[in-house]
Amino acid sequence: MTRPIIFAAAAFAAVLLAGCQSTPTEQAAAPVEDRAAASAAGSTSGATTSGAGSAGVSGAAQGQQRAAGAGGNPLKDPASPLSKRSVYFEFDSFTVMDQYKPLVEAHGRYLAQNRNAKLAIQGHADERGSREYNIALGQKRADSVKRMMLLLGAQESQIEAVSFGEEKPKNPGHDESSWAENRRVDLVYAGE
Amino acid sequence: MSPRSRRPFLLLFAALLAVPFAPARAQLTIEIVGGAGTAIPIAVVPFEGESNFPLGISGIVAADLARSGLFRSVDTGGVSPRPFRAEDVRSDVWRGRGADAVVVGSMRPRADGRVDVAYALVDVVRGGTLASTHFTVAQAQFRATAHRIADEIYAKLTGDAGVFSTRIAYVAKQGARYQLVVADADGADPQTIVSTDEPILSPRWSPDGNRIAYVSLEQKKPIVYVQNLATGARTAIAAFRGSNSAPAWSPDGRQLAVTLSRDGGSQLFLMNADGTGVRRVMTSPGADTEASFTPDGKALLFTSDRGGSPQIYRVGVDGGGVERITFEGSYNVSPRPLPDGKGMVYVRRDGNRYQVAIMDFATRQTQVLTAGPLDESPSVAPNGKMVLYASETGGRGILNAVSADGRVKQRIVAPSADVREPAWGPLPK
Repeated sequence: MTRPIIFAAAAFAAVLLAGCQSTPTEQAAAPVEDRAAASAAGSTSGATTSGAGSAGVSGAAQGQQRAAGAGGNPLKDPASPLSKRSVYFEFDSFTVMDQYKPLVEAHGRYLAQNRNAKLAIQGHADERGSREYNIALGQKRADSVKRMMLLLGAQESQIEAVSFGEEKPKNPGHDESSWAENRRVDLVYAGE
Repeated sequence: MSPRSRRPFLLLFAALLAVPFAPARAQLTIEIVGGAGTAIPIAVVPFEGESNFPLGISGIVAADLARSGLFRSVDTGGVSPRPFRAEDVRSDVWRGRGADAVVVGSMRPRADGRVDVAYALVDVVRGGTLASTHFTVAQAQFRATAHRIADEIYAKLTGDAGVFSTRIAYVAKQGARYQLVVADADGADPQTIVSTDEPILSPRWSPDGNRIAYVSLEQKKPIVYVQNLATGARTAIAAFRGSNSAPAWSPDGRQLAVTLSRDGGSQLFLMNADGTGVRRVMTSPGADTEASFTPDGKALLFTSDRGGSPQIYRVGVDGGGVERITFEGSYNVSPRPLPDGKGMVYVRRDGNRYQVAIMDFATRQTQVLTAGPLDESPSVAPNGKMVLYASETGGRGILNAVSADGRVKQRIVAPSADVREPAWGPLPK
């Protein structure tokens, strides 16, 4: 089964799309790669804290930082497997399926050849079950992608595998096709 | 579980709250959707002088007691003269109205601007005054005073500590904004203590009620923070490489258990409450997480998939004596010990339903407390009698509460927000 992957036209447009959810099509069950997710994930956001006795100041978040344009970068070239950034998983599973191995291997080789490149591997789970256990499950997914990349020559110091659990769904729906899009690992390079 | 007639005691405290500096936030309302079969009939008579103040006390006392599901309000209308002191209560009149107990009281202004609040709890079946207390308070303390009175009445009539004076924490999502909110146990006086564009989860009260540990994704990875409630100052106590999650306080408040992936996999660690002294509990062949200390502080309950599916285990804080606790079903997670240490509340999956259940350790018997389908994040009241948990309806997060015997159910609703991750705070000192 091949899963069609749809790209946002440009990183610039992707930022504008960051607030929109994937529009279901006749291929609704297929995961949709949304570059907006990667771009938005590279941004920083501020948190405002206050004491419980105060009036509760609510501060504005810092603006999102946007990735630079493509400009011949293989990571941004739609024709390159390096522009593909999401790996999807079966329910309760952290095994990288065969169809995603070429994608993971391409990134592993890229890291091996570009020692200055740094990659965040962000694991995700669908919304069902414990939020804390889902962080552990997303971590297992991120770790299995990381292990494959290390075998291809990427260095431990280039990769940080983290998990967002069920907290950052790609599709906010509550059905199997939405959940399939949310059981994933996203690859985000430093600076993106 | 028989379908009961819905008795909606919709408690709209927002209408009573006139705190001028508090902006509109996710105010919770609490609705009782099922009660105990043997609720105690109690009449709370409006207090003498109460109408002279913007906020009366008797109404809050009556609402607290009714919300517990263990009490049923008896109508006090038309009784003349209205009693305000224990000696004025005519037992025969109140027994005729079906009451077992009557609460009377008074609110009298003092020259210094404070108010004398007195109340008495009268047993009209056996006769006699069960409780009688006098407080001198400022108007800002009326609500807290009412909760204290309700706690005393609850303790006298049920034998268990009341939890009306406690606070709760929860996460509210409004649009793209996540807020960590601290409120009174009845949802009143919500205060936002963290506001961020990234998810917040796992709030946990320190045993002294002065700090909250939580996980925030605002730095693009899970980091554990401890925040002081009085000052709002916070410390990132676990921000190691990889993921940092699932904080739990030791009963003495000196240590935290956390899940770290810094050394590979998700593993349990202990650290001092300031983030120093990090040490690994054990080396697990699987992913271990969501630890909580047993009340004696000697062991941790936690979830692990080391056996192939997520199940609940116990381990000594020294890493010894690992024991599997759950065996039925393929998904048992989120263990929360009961305050007496004799059992736990947890989440189990049955088919596609995620439900809150309770287990007695001695007999290993379990009782399913909720219907699902997406119930999670249980938090036990400090008296062990109620369990607050997150649920979902129409794609929106709501909070519910259920009694530990499964008989009393409450639905807790925030009108405009998606709410989740409840945490019941400790008894006030």
